[in-house]
Amino acid sequence: MADIHITVRRSPLGRVRGLGSAHGGVHHWWIQRLTAVALLPLTIWFVISVFSLLGAPQTAVAAFVASPVNTVLLIALVYASLHHAQAGLQTVLEDYIHQDGGRVVAVLAVKALCVFLGMAGIIAVLKLAFTTGR
Amino acid sequence: MLERPDPRMKDSRDALMIARNSDGKLVRRPLSPHLQTYRWPVTMLSSILHRATGVALSVGCLLLVWWLVAAAGSPGYFAMVEGFIGSWLGVLMLLGWVAALSYHVLNGVRHLLWDTGRGFAHEGLNGTSYVVLGATAVLTLLVWVIGFAAWR
Repeated sequence: MADIHITVRRSPLGRVRGLGSAHGGVHHWWIQRLTAVALLPLTIWFVISVFSLLGAPQTAVAAFVASPVNTVLLIALVYASLHHAQAGLQTVLEDYIHQDGGRVVAVLAVKALCVFLGMAGIIAVLKLAFTTGR
Repeated sequence: MLERPDPRMKDSRDALMIARNSDGKLVRRPLSPHLQTYRWPVTMLSSILHRATGVALSVGCLLLVWWLVAAAGSPGYFAMVEGFIGSWLGVLMLLGWVAALSYHVLNGVRHLLWDTGRGFAHEGLNGTSYVVLGATAVLTLLVWVIGFAAWR
């Protein structure tokens, strides 16, 4: 049997850094997992909480959001959801858009949309937290 | 190789799908995997569903933020958003959101288990695909029933 060998066309430094061709290493992958794990308990908490808020008057919703524990958990939920959505949508766009220009524009547009949505959600939660009941 | 265009060819693309069989006879070969005739392995379905539900849930994020912004807005605006959520389209979106979330969460756990190096055996992959699909149906129905019961 012939000897099998693999030629690695990468410098020892490159291998140690492990950043790959995108120079980002496993950052994107890790963020997707980190936010996924965070979203598991947050989502279960949110769905259970929403049961009590279905059809509730605005004052009840405001009181719910303004409760300190709920304020913190909602901000975490909005942040993790949109970070996770952004990472996932970026993967989808990178898979299906083959033109460099279109792909970059689409990824950046989705990123911007997610950032603005996240800010809007967090500011709405904070506004309710600081203004409810005064 | 074909010496001359085959009369059975209707289109130049057919050239790629005509070949000789073991008897040397020209036969029409099917395009494979042809999405309309190819039987999808369940793993293919569970994979694309994860992506599809992920995209759907991203739209759901829009609804979540809209609801929070409405709660922080004027009573009139909140009533308008509540009205939309209570409309047939809003209820349909909520039901779809629950189904998509159930699947994405359950299949997401499967992905996280894969990340630990577990569950890659061929039979195991098919099996857990069915488990996730079945569990999604049960969880979705459960949340729908509790949701309708809790709705004021």
